[in-house]
Amino acid sequence: MGFSAGHEIFKRRLGRNLGLGGALLALVVLIFALTIVKVGDQPKPVSAKPAAASQGASG
Amino acid sequence: MTDIRAFDQTGEAGFRDYVALLKPRVMSLVVFTALVGLLVAPVPVHPVIAVASILFIALGGGASGALNMWWDSDIDQIMRRTCARPIPAGRVEPREALALGLVLSLISVAMLGLAANWVAAGLLAFTIFFYVVIYSMWLKRTTPQNIVIGGAAGAFPPMIGWACATGGISLESVAMFMLIFMWTPPHFWSLALFMKDDYSNAGVPMLTVTHGRKAARTHILVYTILLTPVAVGTAFTAIGGGVYLAASLILSAGFLRGAWRIWKRDEAAAEADKYAVEKKTFRFSLIYLAGLFAALLAEGVLHHLGLGGWW
Repeated sequence: MGFSAGHEIFKRRLGRNLGLGGALLALVVLIFALTIVKVGDQPKPVSAKPAAASQGASG
Repeated sequence: MTDIRAFDQTGEAGFRDYVALLKPRVMSLVVFTALVGLLVAPVPVHPVIAVASILFIALGGGASGALNMWWDSDIDQIMRRTCARPIPAGRVEPREALALGLVLSLISVAMLGLAANWVAAGLLAFTIFFYVVIYSMWLKRTTPQNIVIGGAAGAFPPMIGWACATGGISLESVAMFMLIFMWTPPHFWSLALFMKDDYSNAGVPMLTVTHGRKAARTHILVYTILLTPVAVGTAFTAIGGGVYLAASLILSAGFLRGAWRIWKRDEAAAEADKYAVEKKTFRFSLIYLAGLFAALLAEGVLHHLGLGGWW
């Protein structure tokens, strides 16, 4: 014995799956956007100075 | 009763049942006050980080709501106001609510730490702990001052919002905390006067039951008087200004008038007009808090434009 195809249990299950899918998708989009912002905010690495200047500084 | 519940319980909750576990109406207050806390802070926040932070604060608030419903499911089925909640109605299993609450707590705290900073995440974790363990599990069923202490949990969101921007705690964020903390008791006791829930049957020592309704009326007036200097005093902090001062004076006068009228009348007078004054004061208390935080937001906007504030 089982539930008929139109039973409310399937509607609830579909609604729950769609809702969970939407929530997960929103989380993925949010984490992606956060990553872009966080990585984009990192200070740029200091470019290598000319050898003469660094020698002068250290010497 | 058991038969009806067994028939209704299919073990298949809909998505909206899980949303209901997160107490969306409480969440709206959390979102608004946390947003104001974040926006009035002197440190600008990237819009994406701001949106993510508010979302994770709201999620943390929702998680504590689910854990509260898990713990209180025994008394929720006794009281009329709460008997239709997903667990007492048999649509969600208690252990499902527990699992949802724990998982969302971990996700919200970890993600807030990564998105904003770990001070804000720590405050969110403490808020969840305070609401679930200190309030729901311990004080709610042991002291008639439960609302006073429980109000602290609802008062943390603007502090967390502020911490998201600044990475710390300051006089201004404590002032916003105190606003909600002092506002909660008169707000909730006004509701308790006319809701007449079955708190005594549920074993919850509500002030209206333990000390009587006259004592509750006195408490409403005293707390509203104590709230007033907090509300007006916030005007003289760095997040205040002329606009907020005017709003706080007008709103405080209205709330004090309502509390005074509640205190002056007795149960017979209240019964005669079906608690009209209590209902009106309760509704006004919502406008009061929303108005104060909207005024703080307005001051924040004026500050950004180089206007507003005292200095």
